[in-house]
Amino acid sequence: MDQEELSKLEARCIQEQPAACVAACPVHVDARAMAAAIAKGDFASAAKIFKKSVPFPGIVSRICDHPCQAVCKRDEAGEAVSVRALEKSCLDWAAKTSDSFFLPPAKATRIAIAGGGLSGLTAAFDLAKKGYTVEVFEKESRLGGSLFHLSREQLPEEVIAADLQALEKVGVTIRTNVGVGQDISLEKLCRDFDAVYLASGEQPEGGLSLGVDGAGQWIIDPLTLATTNPKVFAGGSLRRLPQNRSPIESIADGRRGAVSIDRFLQKVSLSASRTGEGSQKTRLFTSLEGIEPLPVVAMSSGATGYSKEEAILEAKRCIQCQCLECVKVCEYLNSFKSYPKKYVRRIYNNLSIVMGHRHANKLINSCSLCGLCKEVCPEDLNMAMVCHAAREIMVDSGRMPPSVHEFPIRDMLFSNSEKFALTRPQPGSSASTHLFFPGCQLSASSPDHVRKTYDFLCENLDGGVALMLRCCGAPAQWSGRAELFSDSFKNIVSQWEQMDRPRIILACSTCYEVFKTHLPQASIVSLWEVFDRSALPRVARDSSAPVRRLAIHDACSTRHEKNIHDSVRNILQKLGLEIEELALSGEKTECCGYGGLMFFANPELARSVITRRIGQSECDYLAYCAMCRDYLASAGKRTWHLLDFLFGPPPDDFARRKGPGYSVRRENRARLKNALLEELWGDTPVGKEKYGMIRLKISEELRETLERRQILDSDIRQVIDFAESSGTRLFNSRTSHYLAHWKPAALTYWVEYAPSEGEFTVFNAYCHRMELTEGVRS
Amino acid sequence: MKEKEAVPAQPEWICSRCGIALEVGKVDVGYLGSVFPVDLYRCAKCGQVFVPEELAEGKMAEVEKLLEDK
Repeated sequence: MDQEELSKLEARCIQEQPAACVAACPVHVDARAMAAAIAKGDFASAAKIFKKSVPFPGIVSRICDHPCQAVCKRDEAGEAVSVRALEKSCLDWAAKTSDSFFLPPAKATRIAIAGGGLSGLTAAFDLAKKGYTVEVFEKESRLGGSLFHLSREQLPEEVIAADLQALEKVGVTIRTNVGVGQDISLEKLCRDFDAVYLASGEQPEGGLSLGVDGAGQWIIDPLTLATTNPKVFAGGSLRRLPQNRSPIESIADGRRGAVSIDRFLQKVSLSASRTGEGSQKTRLFTSLEGIEPLPVVAMSSGATGYSKEEAILEAKRCIQCQCLECVKVCEYLNSFKSYPKKYVRRIYNNLSIVMGHRHANKLINSCSLCGLCKEVCPEDLNMAMVCHAAREIMVDSGRMPPSVHEFPIRDMLFSNSEKFALTRPQPGSSASTHLFFPGCQLSASSPDHVRKTYDFLCENLDGGVALMLRCCGAPAQWSGRAELFSDSFKNIVSQWEQMDRPRIILACSTCYEVFKTHLPQASIVSLWEVFDRSALPRVARDSSAPVRRLAIHDACSTRHEKNIHDSVRNILQKLGLEIEELALSGEKTECCGYGGLMFFANPELARSVITRRIGQSECDYLAYCAMCRDYLASAGKRTWHLLDFLFGPPPDDFARRKGPGYSVRRENRARLKNALLEELWGDTPVGKEKYGMIRLKISEELRETLERRQILDSDIRQVIDFAESSGTRLFNSRTSHYLAHWKPAALTYWVEYAPSEGEFTVFNAYCHRMELTEGVRS
Repeated sequence: MKEKEAVPAQPEWICSRCGIALEVGKVDVGYLGSVFPVDLYRCAKCGQVFVPEELAEGKMAEVEKLLEDK
C-alpha cells in the first residue's frame, strides 16, 4: 500500500464528508453541530459555532435564504429542520457577550471596497481582520445597501446597527455618499489602493473600463472573482440576475473576494485549492431507517422566534447526519471505536513505521475478512481487502506477531499431515467423476456426518466418488501466509489433476470460497446443491419429526453464492422445517467469529460477535458450516447443523451440544481417517507416536483452561514423555506432584502431574514463548 | 523484563534429578532477538529452571506481546 492507494481508500470512506446542510451553505455554517449544541440546551456553544462562519449573525439569522433547508435529510422524514430559526434562537438565548477580535499588526497595504452591502462589508470585515487597511465607499448615506429594502419587522434597524459595529471594531474606514464611477473613478481607486473589490449591487453605467462579455457584463472569474484588471475583483448581486440574488451568496462572494485579494497581495496562486468554497453537494450517505417522521416545531409566539424549549425540540429533530453504515453492522469496526477512514490511516502508519510500537496489529488481525462492510458501504470500501493485504505485508516483512495465528496454522499442518490427509478413489472403483472434500472442521466437529455423507454420495452419484481429507489452506490464506497457502494448495491441485479433474463436492463454505477463487478451472458444487438435486436420505424423511422454526445463519464465505442459499432453503422446506430469515442474511450475512481467524487474534471480540449474532432471533439457529454451528453454540445458543436433519431426525438437545475442544477435534480427524482406511479400503491405520499411548486424566475445569491457553493433549503427553524418560522434572514433596517442561517447537509447555495406575493425572499446564537458556540438560 | 522481577518465596519444588532445593540464579530469557537476564529459581547443579505459572501467564506474556508489536 503506498500513499496514493491510501488516499484513494481514505477518500472512499464518506463518514467525514460534511452533512448536506453544511455543504450546501455557501459559507458552510455547521448547522449539524449547532443543532447538536442547542439540543443539549447549550445555546452559547451553538452561537459560537454559528458566528464562526458568518460575519453578521443577527442579519443572517433573519434574512438568510437558507439553501441548507432545501437539502435537509429530515425533509424525507417529516419536514426540513428550521435552521435559520435555530440560528436566531441561539442568538436570542445565549448569554449576551461582546465579541472581540484578535487583530494582527496593521499592514500598510490598502484595499478599497466599492459598495456597503452584505458582500462588500463581508470582504471589508475579513480583510480588516487580516490586518489590511480597508476603506469602504458607499454611494448612499448609510451602510447596508439592499438590507433597507426589507421590512423593519423582519430586520429591525437596530439589528443592522449592532452587527455593523463589528466593522468599527476591526478598524474599517467608512466613506458614505461616495459612489465609485460617479464621485470617484475606478482609475483613481486603482492608483491609490493596492486592490479593489467591487460590490455595488449593480454594475455601474459606463462599465468602469473593465473587460466585458458579449452582453456587456463584466468578465468575472467565478472561482476567484477576478476581473480583467488584475487589481480589481468583483462579486455580490452585481454578478447575478435579479431572480438569483441571495443574501448568503453575497456574503459568500465577499468572503471569496477577500481570499482572492489576500492571495493577490501575497503573490500566491489565486486559484489553487479552492474547491471547497461556496455551495457544494456532499457525498455523505445517511440512512433514514428507524427515523420517525416528525413535523417542524411550531413557534408559539408567532414570527418572532422559538422559545428556548421550542428551539431545543426543533434542534432534536436534526438527524445529525452521518454514514457509519459499516460500523452499524460490524462489531469489529464498532469495537475499535472509529470508522474506516481512520482505520485505513492507522493501518498504513502501522505498515510504514520503522521503529516503535505497532499499535494497529490487533486492528489488522481482528477483522473476520467477511466483507459485510463492502456490501453496506455506499462507496464499496472493503476493509477485509485492506486488512488482508496488510497481513500479507506483515508476513512478508517478518512483522507478523508469531503468537496470533500460529495455533490455527499448526492445526492446518496437522490436517495436512499423514495423521489426517488422505486421497482415495471410491472403494472398488478406479475412475472418479466426483471428489468429496468434507473439509477439516466438519471432520473435526462431526466425523460421523462425514462418513454418512460419503456413503450417501457413493450410493447416489455415478462414476465414482473419490474422497480427499485435508485442510483447504484457509488458515494460511487468512493469516497472510501466501506462500504457505500456495504450497499447500498445490498438493490439492496435483492430486485432483491426477484423478482426471473430477467435479469437487464441498461441504464447507470456506473451502468452497477457496476452491472457487484459487482453482477457477475446476467444476465445483456445494454439498447442499447436491442434496437439493437428489432425493433426500431416507432417514431425513421421517414424518414423525417435530416441525421446527429455524433462523438461518448463512456462512459469510457464501455471501455471493445465491445458489447455495437457495439450496439450503429448498432442503429445509423439503424437510418440513419452517424458515425465519435474519435481518442480516444472504449477501448481508454476518461472520460467526471464526472467519479471518478473528477468534485467535481477538477472542473477546469474537465472543461479542457471537453474542450479538445469537441475539437476533429467539428461534433455534441453523448453520451449514461446522465452525458457524460450533461457535454459535459455544455461547449457549441452540444451533443445528443442516446435516443433523439430513441424517436425522436428531434428538432435541442435539442443538445444545458444544463443539469438541481442540484436542478432540484433532483426534476426531485422525480417527475418521483410520476408520475409513480400515473399513472402506481395508488398509492399515496410521499408528500413533510413542507418547500418544500416554493416558491422561484431566478435570473439566482444567479442560477449559487448556482450551483457553491452546494447549493440546499431545503437547502435555510430549512433556510427560520427556520428563519420565529423562528424569528432568521438579518434585513437590508435600503434594507429590511433578512439574516438567519441554519445548517441542516455538512454545515451552509446563505440566504439573502425578502418575497413578498406568495413567497421569494432570493438575495444571501453561506455556510461554520466551526462551530459557538453561544449564546442561542431559 | 527487569532483572529483578520480584523473586517469590522459596518454592516447594526441588530438583527431582539432583534431589536439591532450587536457588535463585541468573537465567537468560529471550524472545524475537531480545535477551534479558532474569533472576529465576533453578537447580544449581544441573541448571533446570523453574518458571512459575504466574510468571508465564503474567509478565512473560506481557513482554512477549510487547516485543511482537515492536
